[in-house]
Amino acid sequence: FLLCASGDFVKMYSVGTEELVQLLRGHSDLVTGVRLAPHNPLQLYSSSLDGTIKLWDFTDGILIKTFTVGYKLFALYTVAGCEDLVYVIIPKSGERDTFQLVSVKLTRAAGQDMEAKEVSVVLEGVDVSPKCTAFGREGEYVASVKGVNLQVYFFKRKQLNRFSLRATNKKGGNNLFTCVACHPREDCIATGHADGKIRLWRNFIHNKEYTFSTLHWHHDRVMDLAFSVEGTSLLSGGVESVLVQWHDGSDCKKDFLPRLGSAIEYISISSDGTFYCTSHTDNRITIINSNLRFSRSIQGLIKARDIKTGLVVDPRTKALVLNGEPGHLQFYCLQTDKQLYSLDIVQQEYIHQADLNQADLVRVAFSPEGKWLATVEEREEADLELEMKLWLFDEETQSFKLNTRISMPHEDHITAMCFRDTDELEDESLILVTAGRDCVFKVWMIVEDTDPEAQQSLSWSCDFVGSYHNYQATNCCFSEDGSLLAVSFEETVTVWDSNTWDLKCTFCHPPGKIRNICFGRLTCSKYLIGATDHGFLCCWNLLSCALEWSAHLNTAVLQPDPLSEHIAAVSWLSKESSLFVFKPNEPQPICIRRNLCKDKIQFAAFVPREVPETIGSEKYLWLRRSQLFFLTDTQELLTVSTKPLKERLTLSSKQLAVEESLVTPFSLLLGKHRHQQSQGDTDLGKVVRNHHEQDSPAVKELLHTPAHVLPSASFLCPIFINSLLISKENKSAEEVADEVEMESEAAEDDSDEDNDATEMKQEDTRPVESLGEITRKLSKSEEKELRKIRKMDYSWISAF
Amino acid sequence: MASYKPVVVPAVPRLGEKITQDTLYWRGYKTPVQIKEFGAVNKIDFSPVSPYNYAVTASSRIHIYGRYSQEPIKTFSRFRDAAYCATYRDDGKLLVAGSEEGSIRLFDMSGRAPLRQFDGHTKAVHVVGFLSDKYRIFSGGDDYSSSLWDIPTATETVSYSEHSDYVRCGCASKLNGDVFITGSYDHTVKVFDARTKSSVMTIEHGHPVESVLLFPSGGLLVSAGGRYVKVWDVLKGGQLLVSLKNHHKTVTCLCLNSSGQRLLSGSLDRHVKIYSTTSYKVVHSFNYATSILSLALSPEDETIVVGMTNGVLNVKHRKPEESKEKSQKKRQPAYRTYVKGRNYMPKQEDFYVSKPGKCVLRKYDKLLKSFQSSKALDAVLEPHIRLYTPEVTVAVMQELNRRGTLRSALAGRDEKQISLLLTFVTRRVIEPRFTPVLVTVADMITDIYQPVVGQSALVDKQFLRLQEAIGREIDYQEELLEVLGMMDALFATLTKKTTTYLEENKSNGLEKTLD
Repeated sequence: FLLCASGDFVKMYSVGTEELVQLLRGHSDLVTGVRLAPHNPLQLYSSSLDGTIKLWDFTDGILIKTFTVGYKLFALYTVAGCEDLVYVIIPKSGERDTFQLVSVKLTRAAGQDMEAKEVSVVLEGVDVSPKCTAFGREGEYVASVKGVNLQVYFFKRKQLNRFSLRATNKKGGNNLFTCVACHPREDCIATGHADGKIRLWRNFIHNKEYTFSTLHWHHDRVMDLAFSVEGTSLLSGGVESVLVQWHDGSDCKKDFLPRLGSAIEYISISSDGTFYCTSHTDNRITIINSNLRFSRSIQGLIKARDIKTGLVVDPRTKALVLNGEPGHLQFYCLQTDKQLYSLDIVQQEYIHQADLNQADLVRVAFSPEGKWLATVEEREEADLELEMKLWLFDEETQSFKLNTRISMPHEDHITAMCFRDTDELEDESLILVTAGRDCVFKVWMIVEDTDPEAQQSLSWSCDFVGSYHNYQATNCCFSEDGSLLAVSFEETVTVWDSNTWDLKCTFCHPPGKIRNICFGRLTCSKYLIGATDHGFLCCWNLLSCALEWSAHLNTAVLQPDPLSEHIAAVSWLSKESSLFVFKPNEPQPICIRRNLCKDKIQFAAFVPREVPETIGSEKYLWLRRSQLFFLTDTQELLTVSTKPLKERLTLSSKQLAVEESLVTPFSLLLGKHRHQQSQGDTDLGKVVRNHHEQDSPAVKELLHTPAHVLPSASFLCPIFINSLLISKENKSAEEVADEVEMESEAAEDDSDEDNDATEMKQEDTRPVESLGEITRKLSKSEEKELRKIRKMDYSWISAF
Repeated sequence: MASYKPVVVPAVPRLGEKITQDTLYWRGYKTPVQIKEFGAVNKIDFSPVSPYNYAVTASSRIHIYGRYSQEPIKTFSRFRDAAYCATYRDDGKLLVAGSEEGSIRLFDMSGRAPLRQFDGHTKAVHVVGFLSDKYRIFSGGDDYSSSLWDIPTATETVSYSEHSDYVRCGCASKLNGDVFITGSYDHTVKVFDARTKSSVMTIEHGHPVESVLLFPSGGLLVSAGGRYVKVWDVLKGGQLLVSLKNHHKTVTCLCLNSSGQRLLSGSLDRHVKIYSTTSYKVVHSFNYATSILSLALSPEDETIVVGMTNGVLNVKHRKPEESKEKSQKKRQPAYRTYVKGRNYMPKQEDFYVSKPGKCVLRKYDKLLKSFQSSKALDAVLEPHIRLYTPEVTVAVMQELNRRGTLRSALAGRDEKQISLLLTFVTRRVIEPRFTPVLVTVADMITDIYQPVVGQSALVDKQFLRLQEAIGREIDYQEELLEVLGMMDALFATLTKKTTTYLEENKSNGLEKTLD
């Protein structure tokens, strides 16, 4: 198994199947460290910013003990020798940005919650990162680095040695320490530096006669170091995304595992040495065999450097499609929170190096049936390199195959791209339109090569080039039946007949430039909606060629639902985003949701539901056929969810990108886990997942309990109803199912509901507030409650 | 985890004409042999029997050429004035020819004097031929009449005077010994049956008919006249099947290839076009020095003979097929090495272990994989890559540029290498597909080696050449832009009255070019 801290949870994955086996919840803040208990390999210590250390039985997912320390814990270390002593890094009281390493005595007394106040300072002025402190050889000494200083403290002799390097050496290197690791058998410390050097320190017991040797391969900062179990080899990783294995501490014998995808953040080794494991900046864990063979990887939504493609829904798999790894397109399945596959678009070797302009994917479009995929990649240097690729879905291999490459389709950036929606299944009627900043839009069509000797019979070529008064084309969009094409040229929207490519009419709403356009659908197909950057949302009637209505709304995103008439507009005003859902035929919005989130929403997408949901409320009928997802500029994925009782926008859960991980073998001998302390420092993406329907299985569980074992209805009823009322409070800390607590919760719920009734607004803002530091797991706590109910049912039986 | 991705060499669409099976086939002829005749060559006819000699009618002589001889092996010169249309009989033993004075002469291939002489036409006889029953001759003359002659008695059996202008072409049906067709300058093609007193079918071609041809099946008739080649369905009563207008001057001769799959037409516009008889599209075309009057293809398409107005006979022989026996000499691995394990059928419980395919990297890819940029550049500057696949060289240069190591790869080279690089750049920089990359390369080279300019005469010369090439290209582009501007102006005036948007387009384009 592999344990890793992720947001407020500790996740346990199976090494063999890469599946999530166990999710340990209980912390109310970011989990910062995970270590296997030295005395019992089936138990686990975890520390969190909420100031508690928890002891878990992780095979069953049971919380055994909670120790409250009372400080923010930034890192956790255990030492094999002393069973009831753990070391944590806490902030020094009274001083900002100063941290100290302290040991905490954990009492072995019985009971669930305990105070652990016996704190003794070991080292002062340590770095906050868990990578910067390491315990050596059976816990005999501790080494910690900060800046250009290395401190080594010997517990037995109570001696503190300090070594320091000059900040910059003669050759212009940077001597800042970045990480430290201790040899498990010998007195040897490995330190990584910002200039890519690794130093091996020996004989550091003597303050003067210490020696060190240098290993240099990395060209940039060494991100993490780890010694193998026997200490014969040293693993190092950095931004190059290459795992380097150094043998016997010599500079010449080394092995590489290149092309791991993205920068290595943490490295850990399983206790029996059979697996290595690296975690990466793009929200992924890679498991590697000890012979440096790639084994498997655990990944969710990959965090891309920059999402330029927007959120696109693959019509075939209903997966969200967006930028993934550099030059790749990821197909992300929302139902299973898994990456279905990643399509290599750029097909070039990716080289990790600063200030290197990489080709990146900027536009993606799918044909209506998902048979064709069009992608645009660009690379900007002195002059722009553009390439448009068209991919045909191959039924045999079940993936997209490159069909046509068009280099420089436009002379400037491509601003929009869309396929024509047609009911006809023939390929020949497919039309792709690209709009570019070079003041033209181009129409691309399939041409069939009749020559039987040609390798492929289908290819794409340009059919028509249109322009309007030399204005830059900014958006393009086809009407539902594909007969009309709307192209916006700065301030003007032009409507073209898609058969003859004649200009039919133009609309404009001065003085704003057109930011978004879309056609209405189904019953509203005679309307064209446009949003200008002067904050107007306009609706034009295509039959009368006149403005139907306009509204003052600073629209950032305009997204039509493909399955209904509804159109979602997201506005961005004074640091908050609001959602408006409307039908084009009436200017009155159906649904207004203010303060959606504090970040700017960049993209939105409607994902069709597999089965239409039954929604009681009038207000949310628009979510019946499809679901709305948003992507903010901090790469969080949000959704609007409908709750059975209280409709609300919920950030159901948030998963911090996997930060550090460690493999434990089957026998679960050892685990260690660290966590990056501050979320602000990390550039990892916060991946938000939705658990919008989590309560329903829990209810089902209750309902499926045989009737003859159930207590009386009067006994169950309040509990059941309470369970359906969603509590507002963060109840992550609650561990034990006792009735007294339940009742108090119920009371809380009631009061909360009152609040809800009166202050809808407040309710809405709350998830937003919690976004920064705390994850709200409303639905989860609810599920927990129901589980408790089930447990209680059985205890009730046994009492009989 | 991804493996190393090799450099993508962009494929560019091949410019110029597409290479099809047809182009390969029709290109497979040796350089032509030119034979000067005394006058315009009005007819070439191949003997239907081996050794496929051919009779060339030019001026007052008929020359018989052998397959590879450039001198006539036999000459019939008993004509007072011009001879016309020397045609072989099916067995290749008899030859018939018309003449300017109106008589038709029949020659035996072994003799020199005419075997028979048919007199009856009052004016020149431009077309004669054997009917497929071998014993009769048809002829057409400038006296507007067409006649049938019996060979043994040398008498005219029947004469038709239905045409209203010169009869200049004709052919006989291969299936029916009584049917022949004549084409005339009165724009009609007439089908005659010897058993009837008048023509059985008349087809309006619309132009003076220069040549007619019947397909071997007898079902399709091809007529050529004016700029048109028209195909008629005889069985449907002379319905027009297709009209081809691929020449820009009068089409003078028609010919089918040996398989009947291709139709050849020669024209005064100096071209021979080859059509597919299934799609009636031009699949290939030959270019000749002067206007073509006659054309013939030997059996098996072994030789193409074309006669021109200036009396030159152009003979093309097919290249001998390259023997593939050489490659077969190499000993193939035994059959069982191929079969080994291939015919094993997996059982239900078998577990299939797939063997990872070994990916072979090119030399430059291997070097790029190990970040040896300078060596990778050296690898793609090897003569065979540089000369035959310049796109690979340019793709690697682009990749190096993408990696930011192009400058260091270009730097530190000696005189010979710089000169080599500059030669490559000078030669290729004007190719549009390479221009963006090579301009960067040229920029960097000038940048790097600026301090050493003047130290080597060789390198200086190359730099001057590069400058010259770029200067020429710029001039050329300017000229092209001028032409484009002119054309835009023309189009703008032409499309003034049509749709508004088109006008906008053009005027926009015009503005841009004027800028």
